[in-house]
Amino acid sequence: MNLPDYNFTALTPALILSLWAILILLVDLLFGERIQRWLSWLTVAGLLVTGASALSLWNVRAEGFSGMVVLDNFAIVVTVIAMIAGILAVLLSSDYLVDRDLFRPEYFALMLFSITGILLLASGRNLIMLFLGLELLSIPLYVLTGFARPDVQSEEAAMKYFLLGALASSFLVYGIALTYGATGSTDLLKIRDALQNVQVITSTLTLGGLILILVGFGFKVAAVPFHMWTPDVYQGAPTPITAYMSVGAKAGGFAALLRIMYVAFPQIASYWTGALVLLAIATLVVGNLLAIQQSSLKRLLAYSSIAHAGYILVGLAAGNNRGVAGALFYLLAYAFTNLGAFGIMIALSKKGEEADSIESYAGLSSRQPWLALAMTVFMLSLTGVPLTAGLVGKIFVFSAAAEAGLWTLLIVAVLTSVISAFYYLRLVVLMYMRDPINDFGTQVHLTPGVRTALALAVIGTVLLGIIPGNLIDFTNQTLAITTQTLVALVH
Amino acid sequence: MESIFFYATAAIALIGAIGMVLSRNAIHSALFLVLNFAATSVLYLMLNAPLLAVLQVTVYAGAIMVLFLFVIMLLNAENVSVDSHLRWQPIAALILGGLLLVETVVTVGRPLPLNPAGVTPETLNQLADPRVLAQFLFTDYLLPFEVTSLLLLVAMVGAVVLTKARPAQKRDQRRVRFADQVEGSEGASAVMSEPQGENRPVA
Repeated sequence: MNLPDYNFTALTPALILSLWAILILLVDLLFGERIQRWLSWLTVAGLLVTGASALSLWNVRAEGFSGMVVLDNFAIVVTVIAMIAGILAVLLSSDYLVDRDLFRPEYFALMLFSITGILLLASGRNLIMLFLGLELLSIPLYVLTGFARPDVQSEEAAMKYFLLGALASSFLVYGIALTYGATGSTDLLKIRDALQNVQVITSTLTLGGLILILVGFGFKVAAVPFHMWTPDVYQGAPTPITAYMSVGAKAGGFAALLRIMYVAFPQIASYWTGALVLLAIATLVVGNLLAIQQSSLKRLLAYSSIAHAGYILVGLAAGNNRGVAGALFYLLAYAFTNLGAFGIMIALSKKGEEADSIESYAGLSSRQPWLALAMTVFMLSLTGVPLTAGLVGKIFVFSAAAEAGLWTLLIVAVLTSVISAFYYLRLVVLMYMRDPINDFGTQVHLTPGVRTALALAVIGTVLLGIIPGNLIDFTNQTLAITTQTLVALVH
Repeated sequence: MESIFFYATAAIALIGAIGMVLSRNAIHSALFLVLNFAATSVLYLMLNAPLLAVLQVTVYAGAIMVLFLFVIMLLNAENVSVDSHLRWQPIAALILGGLLLVETVVTVGRPLPLNPAGVTPETLNQLADPRVLAQFLFTDYLLPFEVTSLLLLVAMVGAVVLTKARPAQKRDQRRVRFADQVEGSEGASAVMSEPQGENRPVA
């Protein structure tokens, strides 16, 4: 029996991160409460090491385990996005948990396992690996959503997320089975080869498999009409988990979708771009319109995250290199901005007094000028105002759509961005133009972790927004290289 | 000889299935289902699929059904009354089952429309050999196999997190239990197992 060349290089980041998660479980077992204070920093260290290991493999392009995983530049960019989301969420978590008597070391281990899932989704080149990656991303998230047990809202959210998530996974598995039936393989490259055959292209099995795979991942990234779970789960989950989920689950889901569509199904791009355009339009319209009516900030950010999934879908639907680069840049910008917005919410909350009502932000600028300023930066970035990361991301995906000639989609996307300004800027107006109804003095929780996270988020949002033209070219080029490794025919 | 054996096994499988649906007692239903699984696994054996037969017994009859029985006994749910809002269920089940029957009759015996993997009876026979499967599992599919083990670890940690009370929470529960005991039966302090110190309310 010949053993294949496993080539662990291709698995380095995921391997480090999963071992680090197990290390955290062991450290807790050995040292117990003495080390609790340092656990969040240990977790951050793990994420930094993983990110560094991934970046050190830039341009290496390793393939391992009989083509199950491939570590190309695309996977590395997604890894970096996952690391940023993970680091910010962990920094925001520690004091939040201690304040609410929720602290348990397993929290950080579960979070690292979940991020390992994103890494596998980013580098999996086999449908089986992508399915396992999705489950590794989701199962810890179900548990973390219910982490505020016995809080009823948190329990309900976890149950809802678990049941609907399991349903979505079953769609995905069915899609994988149909695709296997049509093409005889789960390896994305072999699927691509099988699709050279006209009989396979026109088979209902292929089409059914493609649609079901789209449904499975559409649920994870909260695309309309598979978004029903989002507001309730976002509201019920502990806020740091909501923050992580809004970026992490999206990054993983979109990475897998990009790889499947571009590597396995380019032959039938005309089928899936049409489906993605419809999904994107529905997502943009529903997400933005429902966000307007919200009075709870968490729900507002939930609908806003649906809307932003729509903008990323615009990049996917474009089906060109610029679209892939745009989707990745958008995810990066969204990671800083959205985690920052949730960070402000965490800083202003304490046990039993969550700063969830939008009205409660009235007059924040006179009490907490710096927090109000940071929140303004995040809101402007979410809207897509110049000098913020959000605008650069939007320009990226919109120009990709223009390049692909998707004018209807482009018009809808621009119009809904205008609508979104209404609900994002309403919060800014409230913070600066109204008299305070809340005395925030006693409940501000600016611990070192939260401080660091907020500073990083502001710096990231602004830096990605004001990078001068040649730097944009640079990002464009690196992301283009990324895209080429994704799209390029292998070997 | 073989066909007699087949009909006998099939009859047992059918009896198990019908009994499972018709019995009012949930435990009887579960046990009928075990009978059905066992008979099905014998059918797999006759089809020259020993691995599938063993998996059927260990996974379904062994693990899953034992779990079912545990849940039924723990919840004391042997006799489930038929709720009025589930009235439509038998009808829906009949329609869907009928559709499945039609589909099976139509498709069985037809050649596959697409057979890209090149499946022939010979390759299927090969796959039924546990050695072939194990070789795949430890070469080409090694990584999915290992990731599955990671997934099981996560599920285990998650189950512990969700069911085990936090230290602070446990203290609260003890306090409640203590209060109940004091209220319910004065002078029953000898029954209490917890040391007094831990029950003192924290100011």
